[in-house]
Amino acid sequence: MILEMKNIEKRFDGLEVLKDISFGVDHGEVVSIIGPSGSGKSTLLRCATFLETIDGGEIIYMGEKAAHTGADGSAVYAGPQEMKKFRKYCGLVFQQFNLFPHYSILKNITDAPIHVQGVSKAEAEENAMALLRKMGIEDKADAYPYQLSGGQQQRVAIARAMAMKPEILFFDEPTSALDPELTGEVLKVIRQLAEEKMTMVVVTHEMPFAKAVSNRVIFMDDGVIVEQGDPRDVFDDPKEDRTKQFLRVFER
Amino acid sequence: MTFSTMLSTMASGMWKTFLIFALTLLGSLPLGMVVALLRRSRFSLVSGFIKVYISIMRGTPLMLQLLVWYFGPFYLFGWNIGNWRFPAIILGFVLNYAAYFAEIYRGGIESIPVGQYEAAEVLGYTKTQTFMKIILPQVVKIIMPSVTNEVITLVKDTSLAFTLAYAEVFSLAKQISASQSSFMPFLIAGIFYFVANYVVEIVMARIEKSMDYYK
Repeated sequence: MILEMKNIEKRFDGLEVLKDISFGVDHGEVVSIIGPSGSGKSTLLRCATFLETIDGGEIIYMGEKAAHTGADGSAVYAGPQEMKKFRKYCGLVFQQFNLFPHYSILKNITDAPIHVQGVSKAEAEENAMALLRKMGIEDKADAYPYQLSGGQQQRVAIARAMAMKPEILFFDEPTSALDPELTGEVLKVIRQLAEEKMTMVVVTHEMPFAKAVSNRVIFMDDGVIVEQGDPRDVFDDPKEDRTKQFLRVFER
Repeated sequence: MTFSTMLSTMASGMWKTFLIFALTLLGSLPLGMVVALLRRSRFSLVSGFIKVYISIMRGTPLMLQLLVWYFGPFYLFGWNIGNWRFPAIILGFVLNYAAYFAEIYRGGIESIPVGQYEAAEVLGYTKTQTFMKIILPQVVKIIMPSVTNEVITLVKDTSLAFTLAYAEVFSLAKQISASQSSFMPFLIAGIFYFVANYVVEIVMARIEKSMDYYK
């Protein structure tokens, strides 16, 4: 298991957003998380990537505990040095890309490896160019984010996350901010990563994509995991009424 | 008094005006950043104190503040500080302008989308790296027009030093005009301020242009 999340609890001002969520991600697995907006999908990703702190439960990366419920019932995180290591395990691709506008595309991808991980400039640039080639935008290395289309920016964001060589890559609705004709180029890249056995968790509203690419689908609603399993089972033969109801909306 | 003697007498005032201008910027530009960061402190005692400081600096005339810094030590504590005139002027200007710059910086810092901080955090940048490498450069670009405004105001505000009888260009113009019954010194002072601000405009436009490579 690369990631295990056990009995995760998260509250915002007393409102329970995640209620006793448990799931694991195996090496090379692609997990899609679907569900209506406000169901807690994004919050779950933000907890897994440590952008939000949990209120209870366990987060375990590579068999090591990053967070657990302490004696007083509140969550206890590992020390700052250890957290650095846990942060290194995971990468996150945002809905809004969040590229650094004042850095060139190349610098967006190389800066963190150089200044956070201590990789040499030459090695970081070589690696970045290889990633850009894979993303089909190697000619954009010297451009700035504002000069790129949304689809291109999101591919740069994926390259930036990949450059840190994470064990697991999270996507938070990676195509939701894109025009419909640009979603394809981003999904294609994610599909390509899946073929290379990159471990990924994707929060998405792209049902055909989730069905085609993922090994497992998790359906969340109202802060709980309602149903999970093989995508063919969840999409074609859902067990729970709430899943059926949700999927019916997409058939129209 | 010939025109050229008038001009050469006023030249010393121009230098003094420049000194006030340069030292004020040198002190208040960085101090403003410290004030802006303290204003955002988690500790309400610190942020509260800074709020009061900014409020007083912006809410009372700079001329009055200069008088307080100059005469305050004697009237309040009975201290007689030698050569206090110039330091009091610089102290007054720096503390006043730092408050204005702090608010400009704060506006800039708060306009950076939270996603920039989150992207930096996920990539493992430290808090200092995030601020210095990701946030600050973007803030500088955003606040440049407002900073230009303040710098231009400062050029003209230096004339307030005449309140403490400091012989900068405005004080001298007033003196010479009175003693020579001539309007010319005011004209010279006016042209001096205008040319100085023209240079400021050119320099600031260059700096802004140098950051035009991204949006």
